[in-house]
Amino acid sequence: MMTSLEKRLTIGEIEARIDAIIATPNAMLMAEAPALAEEMLSMGESILEAWLDARGETPTDETHEGFRLLALHRQGARGNPSFNACRETCRELVYHRNLILYDPAAADVAHAIRVGAMVVRHLALFIGGKLQADGLGEFCCSSRPIRRAETTPNDKETA
Amino acid sequence: MAGDMKYKRVAYYPGCALEGSGHAYNRSTKAVGKALGLDLVEVENWNCCGAMEVKNIDPKIQTYLSARTLGTTEEMGFDTVMAPCNGCYHNLKKAEYDLGHDPASVEVNDRLATKAGHRPYKAGKVETIHALDWIKHSIGEDGIRERVKNSLKGVKIANYYGCMYTRPRHIFPEKDQGPGTESTAKPHFMDDILAAAGAENVDFPLKTACCGGAHTLSDSDTSTKLVLNILTAAEACGAEVIATECPTCHTGLEMHQVRAEKVLGKKTNIKILYFTQLLGMALGLSARKVGVNENFSDARPLLKEKGLG
Repeated sequence: MMTSLEKRLTIGEIEARIDAIIATPNAMLMAEAPALAEEMLSMGESILEAWLDARGETPTDETHEGFRLLALHRQGARGNPSFNACRETCRELVYHRNLILYDPAAADVAHAIRVGAMVVRHLALFIGGKLQADGLGEFCCSSRPIRRAETTPNDKETA
Repeated sequence: MAGDMKYKRVAYYPGCALEGSGHAYNRSTKAVGKALGLDLVEVENWNCCGAMEVKNIDPKIQTYLSARTLGTTEEMGFDTVMAPCNGCYHNLKKAEYDLGHDPASVEVNDRLATKAGHRPYKAGKVETIHALDWIKHSIGEDGIRERVKNSLKGVKIANYYGCMYTRPRHIFPEKDQGPGTESTAKPHFMDDILAAAGAENVDFPLKTACCGGAHTLSDSDTSTKLVLNILTAAEACGAEVIATECPTCHTGLEMHQVRAEKVLGKKTNIKILYFTQLLGMALGLSARKVGVNENFSDARPLLKEKGLG
């Protein structure tokens, strides 16, 4: 199975790749479980890189709690706290990657891969939606004004 | 802590959604309270919390609107107000935080309250809780187990909390305080309550993921895709039901479930029910009593199959 580890995919390509992973038969998913775990994590990083690129920032190469994905999320949330609406989605992606690698031969590893893929898809849809709406205002209604600096002095929530 | 007497009788702030699209949540919350022996006293002459519409234009006016409801609660002699809607809950908490930390918000609140002819609310007088806090702390899991008449045994549930119940962390200082408190990273109060009622909670990775609620008017397709992903993930995790605790999330899940089938040709079978509807039926209330017939998502055949309602 071809993976997307070699090149950075666009968000649209990631959504298509996720559809393909979910449709892959169990036996093939099980055969490539470790590679798929890393690929899904990589796709998550690509999604956050797209967000940072769009904001004119250089995506960090640092890690947080051992994962670049989480460092990228913290970077994306800096000055933009509504980005925290995908904080747990990123952490769930790391969890599923770890779960798959913990026992790649587990009987239910195909299930873990598919659910992990759905987590990646949610991240892609959420960030894709934010990017689309960028010219129209914030995507997440719950948090734009509340955390603006002029509203409260303690708007320092990060990942 | 469970059995907390101070939550046995609290002020009730339903908010606008519970008088409209979330009517079944209002009905089932009141019915559950009655069945559990808890008193809800509706805040008199309550007003809009400022929701997202006012907040997006001027957050300080939203703070004032929410503070007015907190002030009325205090004047009624209550030190606790329960808001079952995530948006209301979030906004009352935000107002409390702003009035305790931001002098500019205090100034606007005081000025508008004076102009409106009532005493300005001061931070620290009223505690805002969610319906989950109310049941978890006043009755607790043991109390629920003792009262269950129709166990939810065999009902596989994905608990969906939405994005506003836990964010931003700084307006919820009582959360993440160790055992017995709610977690902002992995909320579990709804899981705990429904498990005590016999339900089988599935491991669901999108319990706090965005449902695209606010995007539903500006870009419905994105909202539909986000909801569809939540629904399909829940089904993939083995759930038959998504339990909700917010009228906006609930309505979004229901409407976009229908839209996903019509527009994207993607049908999902999972049912969507308020946690208060599930708990109410476990306590022996009928499906009609908790407003199941008001939901778009018709769970009645499934409930019948499970011996509920």
